[in-house]
Amino acid sequence: MSGATLLPAVGLAAGLAAAIGAALGWAASRLRPDADSLVEQIDALLPQTQCGQCRYPGCRPYAEAIATGTADIDRCPPGGEATVHALAALLGREPRPVDPQFGSTKPRQVAVVDEERCIGCALCLPACPVDAIVGAPRFMHTVIEAQCTGCELCLAPCPVDCIELRPAADLPA
Amino acid sequence: MSSQPALPAGLRLDAHKTAPLQHPLRVAPAPHVAVLALDQGSGEAAEPTVAVGTRVGVGTSIARAAGHAATDLHSPVAGVVVEVAVRSTVAGVGLCISIENDATDARDPALMPVDWRALDGVTLLDRLRGAGIAGLGGAAFPAAGKLTLARASAVAHLVLNGAECEPWICCDDALMRERAADVVLGGQVMLAACGATRCTIAVEDDKPEAAAAIAAAIAAAQDDRVELVELPAIYPLGAERQLIEAVTGREVPHDALPPAIGVVCQNVGTAAAVARFVCTGEPVVSRIVTVTGHGVAFPGNLEVRIGTPITELVAACGGYQGDPARLIVGGAMTGRSLSSDLVPTTKGVNCIVAATLADLASRDPEMPCIRCGDCAAACPARLLPQQLHRAAQIDDRDALARLGLAACIECGCCDYVCPSQIPLTARFHAARLRMQLHDAERHRAAEARERFDRHERRLAEQAEAERLAFEAARRRARGTGPT
Repeated sequence: MSGATLLPAVGLAAGLAAAIGAALGWAASRLRPDADSLVEQIDALLPQTQCGQCRYPGCRPYAEAIATGTADIDRCPPGGEATVHALAALLGREPRPVDPQFGSTKPRQVAVVDEERCIGCALCLPACPVDAIVGAPRFMHTVIEAQCTGCELCLAPCPVDCIELRPAADLPA
Repeated sequence: MSSQPALPAGLRLDAHKTAPLQHPLRVAPAPHVAVLALDQGSGEAAEPTVAVGTRVGVGTSIARAAGHAATDLHSPVAGVVVEVAVRSTVAGVGLCISIENDATDARDPALMPVDWRALDGVTLLDRLRGAGIAGLGGAAFPAAGKLTLARASAVAHLVLNGAECEPWICCDDALMRERAADVVLGGQVMLAACGATRCTIAVEDDKPEAAAAIAAAIAAAQDDRVELVELPAIYPLGAERQLIEAVTGREVPHDALPPAIGVVCQNVGTAAAVARFVCTGEPVVSRIVTVTGHGVAFPGNLEVRIGTPITELVAACGGYQGDPARLIVGGAMTGRSLSSDLVPTTKGVNCIVAATLADLASRDPEMPCIRCGDCAAACPARLLPQQLHRAAQIDDRDALARLGLAACIECGCCDYVCPSQIPLTARFHAARLRMQLHDAERHRAAEARERFDRHERRLAEQAEAERLAFEAARRRARGTGPT
């Protein structure tokens, strides 16, 4: 076979490759998967406890980390197995147990302030990620049960350890 | 009377209704202490308006409905309120008002007959609401609420449900035999209240005495807006949507209420309660309850004060006999078993079955589904129970919603026909509860997210304000800033 007969075939193949490459490149830039909507979808499956056990400062940052692939789906103890399964189904991955280094799954719990011991220091107010604690300096604080996510973030700042978590099952829904 | 299309599906069941109907209606003795559950069976509690020590007469208002599903409550006895506390009820536990009966039966002097013909519909609805008229078919949903919606939707057709399709229950049959005139009068009052122009009283054809009594009462009332329809006795014809379809030939859309097709449905017992209220001024303080089953000595239908402990109803029927294995409130198909007979009667209690082992259908162990399709043929809501069951087993919420779990009336027909003895209705009920729990959780999560966003924004704003204040202070200290 001579070079003259080979040339059109090679040219055609190269031209096709270039055209398809250009089309795919254009499609990839124009039809990029919507990263924001993926984050939204992941965030909607997370329990919104805002507890930070995943080592991200809230559910949405964790959702962003999952979407970009920097974190795995096994870091949410409050969501437990159900959340891992839902995330796995959404992302087309294999479900796996929650990694115990991030904590253990517990039944829903709520914080309760021991009103006798509360000194009204107001340190727990900014610590609560969902503003479920009502109070003011030198006034007794209390937790709005319905809004408490049981994240435990109010326990550490309390100087007199007057907050404890109780199973939500014992309280009216 | 006219022949009507029957149900799309359903079952012919043994009625078990003859024993209580052999004797006329009896009046049960008033309880020594009446216990009134604030939730009378609709799932929503009324708010008490009396306290311990309040003296009440028969018919004195003791609790007011706050939400749309509760009904006002009235004292069924004369006496003194002795306790407002959480007690066991038919539905589980709930707040109850206990009234000690002083045995005088003194009526509240404020109770007056209602000149309903002189009132406009809206005022009449208000009066019915104040009389605590609840759906006495079992749901105990406030009648005034349904009629108000009917009025707003300009419905034309009122259906009075005298089908009473469920085995064992015959309180409506007894009522229609003996108080047919009340049923017809109640229908007329409800027509005036909701603005409908036509009233159909639907009775199953296995109750010829009741149908004859209703026909005679209609003739006596000389009101051509009221008619009687006899329908074949097929379970669950007495379910609201199924009855409306059998009477009108039109199906109520699964995602709408009956007023959407111009119909409102009430129980015949509710109609009789309305009639009693307009004639005597007496609110709902009693109802008719069937006490039956082979575990009770003399089955019968009793007129019972609301708040009478169930044990006293059984005692009024000669007490237990033989070896009652289970106490069921409601009928054989949709009833619930009670763990104690000390709970008080509510407006939603229509039947007590003291069932012996012979009364209870024995159930073999559950076998796998063989996909025979018998359940789909029996389903009166036109669902596919075998598909729902598959979806419920893996808790596939999308599939459950798509297959119409919300339209399941939990009548038990699929269970009854299943050759593999699968407890389908219980599974569907559990799946529905799981769905509700899941929805509530998602709702709570959405609220938590919103609060978290606001919290973060506020903290950021505070930090920014502090930084600006700090910089302003530093500039002042250096003498370079504005003073």
